Amino acid sequence: MAEIHVNPTRMELKKLKTRLLTARRGHKLLKDKRDELMKQFLEVVRENRDLREKAEESLRSAYASFSAAAAVNHPAMIREALLLPKTERTLRYSSTNMMSVEVPVFSVDTSGDGDNDCFGFAFTSGGLDSAIARISELAPDMIRLAQLEKTAQLLAEEIEKTRRRVNALEHIMIPRYERAIKSISMKLDESDRSSRTRLMKVKDMMLKKKLEGARPDDTLFDGEENAV
Amino acid sequence: MAENGTVRVGIIGDRESVLGFMALGYTVCEASDAETARKALRELAQDESFGIIFITEALAPELTEEIDHYKDSPLPAIITIPTAGGAGKGYGMHALHRAVERAVGADILDQ
Repeated sequence: MAEIHVNPTRMELKKLKTRLLTARRGHKLLKDKRDELMKQFLEVVRENRDLREKAEESLRSAYASFSAAAAVNHPAMIREALLLPKTERTLRYSSTNMMSVEVPVFSVDTSGDGDNDCFGFAFTSGGLDSAIARISELAPDMIRLAQLEKTAQLLAEEIEKTRRRVNALEHIMIPRYERAIKSISMKLDESDRSSRTRLMKVKDMMLKKKLEGARPDDTLFDGEENAV
Repeated sequence: MAENGTVRVGIIGDRESVLGFMALGYTVCEASDAETARKALRELAQDESFGIIFITEALAPELTEEIDHYKDSPLPAIITIPTAGGAGKGYGMHALHRAVERAVGADILDQ
């Protein structure tokens, strides 16, 4: 595994220690973020699933009534009939911040006479009317589904990213810093010990030298003593 | 992609599935095969005025590459819907399960 190669100095040790502290704090924060994201994601995704089931069901029944209507009316006629909807729907998009993820919010503005008919009664069958009514009924659900599903996708991406970061910190960065700190402090201790033993040795040598240098005095002293 | 702007809705699929949505003012792209759908999807997705693009389950599995390309950007939301004939049924739900798997690491949606 790749190690951090640094000079074993106290400066580096201090730097690494601050980095380790930051990494640990970041790890904790990211872990909390991941957990919260997960909680929100699961909420969104459950709602998404229920809504999808509901929307798919109503969409299928709308299809059924639409194909029944399409069987009676000529396709070109239907197309023509639907070409100019009377009701104008504008979809507004804004985004909101969900755990620092930009998620879309869609809202529908309906303008016009609020009536879903976009064609007269003359050329098309009543079946088409009810089919269109069903489709426009489920439109809000579909828009909401789109919003939820996009939110779920974006949250899933963010969770994946966060999880990766948490893992990188937990299993790579933090152990790496710890090892580097350990190796530096061991080297520092080692050089500390070696300089200490050197000092002791030097002191010993100096003492010895001093003693040797003092020996003549000692004899002198001895001599004096003898003299007394 | 303006903040708080209005966006359009596109829908891609076979005629029977999508024609009804004309009544809602959606931009309807009829596509019976994957190639036409791919072209339509690219066109709609590159046009930044589209916020939501619905695509039928029959076509979506063939366009995963394009769909995944837009998965991580806030717009457009590309959403699969059932096909009128029921072709490719369950793909939309499958995509949801995949998102869960991506986030959690395991599919825990049905538990």
